[in-house]
Amino acid sequence: MKKEDVNIKTLARLARLNVTDEEVAQFENEIPEILSFVDSIKKAGEGSNNKISKHRNIMREDKDPHESGIHTDDLLDAAPKTEGKRIKVKQVIKRES
Amino acid sequence: MIENLTIEKARVSLDKGEFSALDLARGYLENIKNKDGEINAFLEVFDDVEEQAKRADKMIEKRDIHPLTGIPIAIKDNILIKGRNVSAASKILEGYKASYDADVISKLKQQGAVFIGRANMDEFAMGGSTENSAFGVTKNPHDISRVPGGSSGGSAAAVAAEFCLGALGSDTGGSVRQPAALCGVVGLKSTYGTVSRSGLIAMGSSLDQIGPLTKTVGDAKIIFDAIKGYDKKDSTSLPNDFFSDTKFPKPKTIGVPRNFLEKGVDKDVIENFNETLENLEKNGFEIKDIPLPKLEYALAVYYIIMPAEASTNLARFDGIRYGLSLDGETNDEVYSKTRRVGFGTEVRRRILLGTFVLSSGYVDAYYRKADSVRNSIREDMDAALHNVDAIAMPTSPTPAFKIGEKNEPLSMYTADIFTVSVNLTGNPAISVPSGTVEREGSNLPVGFQIITAHGNEDALFTIGEDIEKG
Repeated sequence: MKKEDVNIKTLARLARLNVTDEEVAQFENEIPEILSFVDSIKKAGEGSNNKISKHRNIMREDKDPHESGIHTDDLLDAAPKTEGKRIKVKQVIKRES
Repeated sequence: MIENLTIEKARVSLDKGEFSALDLARGYLENIKNKDGEINAFLEVFDDVEEQAKRADKMIEKRDIHPLTGIPIAIKDNILIKGRNVSAASKILEGYKASYDADVISKLKQQGAVFIGRANMDEFAMGGSTENSAFGVTKNPHDISRVPGGSSGGSAAAVAAEFCLGALGSDTGGSVRQPAALCGVVGLKSTYGTVSRSGLIAMGSSLDQIGPLTKTVGDAKIIFDAIKGYDKKDSTSLPNDFFSDTKFPKPKTIGVPRNFLEKGVDKDVIENFNETLENLEKNGFEIKDIPLPKLEYALAVYYIIMPAEASTNLARFDGIRYGLSLDGETNDEVYSKTRRVGFGTEVRRRILLGTFVLSSGYVDAYYRKADSVRNSIREDMDAALHNVDAIAMPTSPTPAFKIGEKNEPLSMYTADIFTVSVNLTGNPAISVPSGTVEREGSNLPVGFQIITAHGNEDALFTIGEDIEKG
């Protein structure tokens, strides 16, 4: 993996992660180094996609939920900002002025 | 009273009334008070330990006795206990109190176990030394200039330093077994799906498994029996009768992938490994060389799958639902600022790495390729375990290293070389202390790792107890 193939700033934006300039410089070296190491899997041959016996069906009917509201207060207690019985976030849609 | 005590021995004494659960808890609290300032195994020692012990004493009085009633246990800081702080050793969860009990915690509460405190760890279980904890490194009780291993380093150090009788850790790529080896205690990662992950703060969901750290193999079995079992809240939890049709014979043959052990292992660690094998041979086991050709790719596969899953799991820490929250003009700013201040360097590194291997244009070459090689490794392991009853490898290529010694990410990652494969394949594995090697005047513990077929934990305990006898 070449250094110029990895754009740290773009990855950071995708991951919602602010990075400082020093960090960009550090990760621009480290991430391609780690990718060069994991590149060795290319020598592992075809690999196998035989998963049939390894996966169990764990679907269930969408019914019998727990009683509504019994966990609400516990979960709201954990949230940094709340308003009534809701978690408060910044405005998502803005009116055009 | 508490020196050289095990869970098994304490059970006998508690039931006979030779000492109470309160005496036992006070003994360990005293040790913690005297020594944990130096070791830093705990992020928090709970302030209600004595009350918990008194409740256990009432259970014993009423003869409502379970294997862990009144037994002091340390809990890794990524396992939820309702109403108590839990942080995964990260600033992003500072001040967060768990909203519910992990399944393993409910099971331990039913038995009347005593939770002594939150054990230190690498932030979000990312690391092999506890140096990535946002709250300071844990020291190895055998030599305080060295790391205890990680990520469950606090759990391992707490057991080794006589701060408790057992501990829970979590193992994603060796995070129970490697610190157990470096601190001279037993560490078990059971078959994927045997212990519920509900209430474990997730890192790599297809790899994570909660497991015990204890002084003896017998004690590890006691905790494993207490925490295992189907849980409908973990969709990958296995039904209790999943292995009931599989007959596992008494283990007789042990395979060693010699070609894989040739590089990068300290000479005296391999010598120690060979001596343990010779002892097993004397005790009637047949030792065979086995090929495991795909094993050499396990570490590379792991360092693609794990960051991919971790970057996805850690997306939930956004400053909206729990923990730290920094203000911003928009939601995007709240997320990015919170994650900048809240996450440490190694966590950020793995999130970026995971984001890269999942990004359009690279997902086939990295994530999907790694997933198919992972299947080949599993087929390799299954084939090998048709010919032998167990596979043996060292747990770690070196004994405990110095704090600050491994400052490059890749040199830290290679410490996982012998442990990651069973997380990829789901097989159970145990690390058992097998003696010591000397470094700069310190005698440092070495661990011997045993791997068996899915569902065959019993063979791990049988061989492990044989090693304990020496």
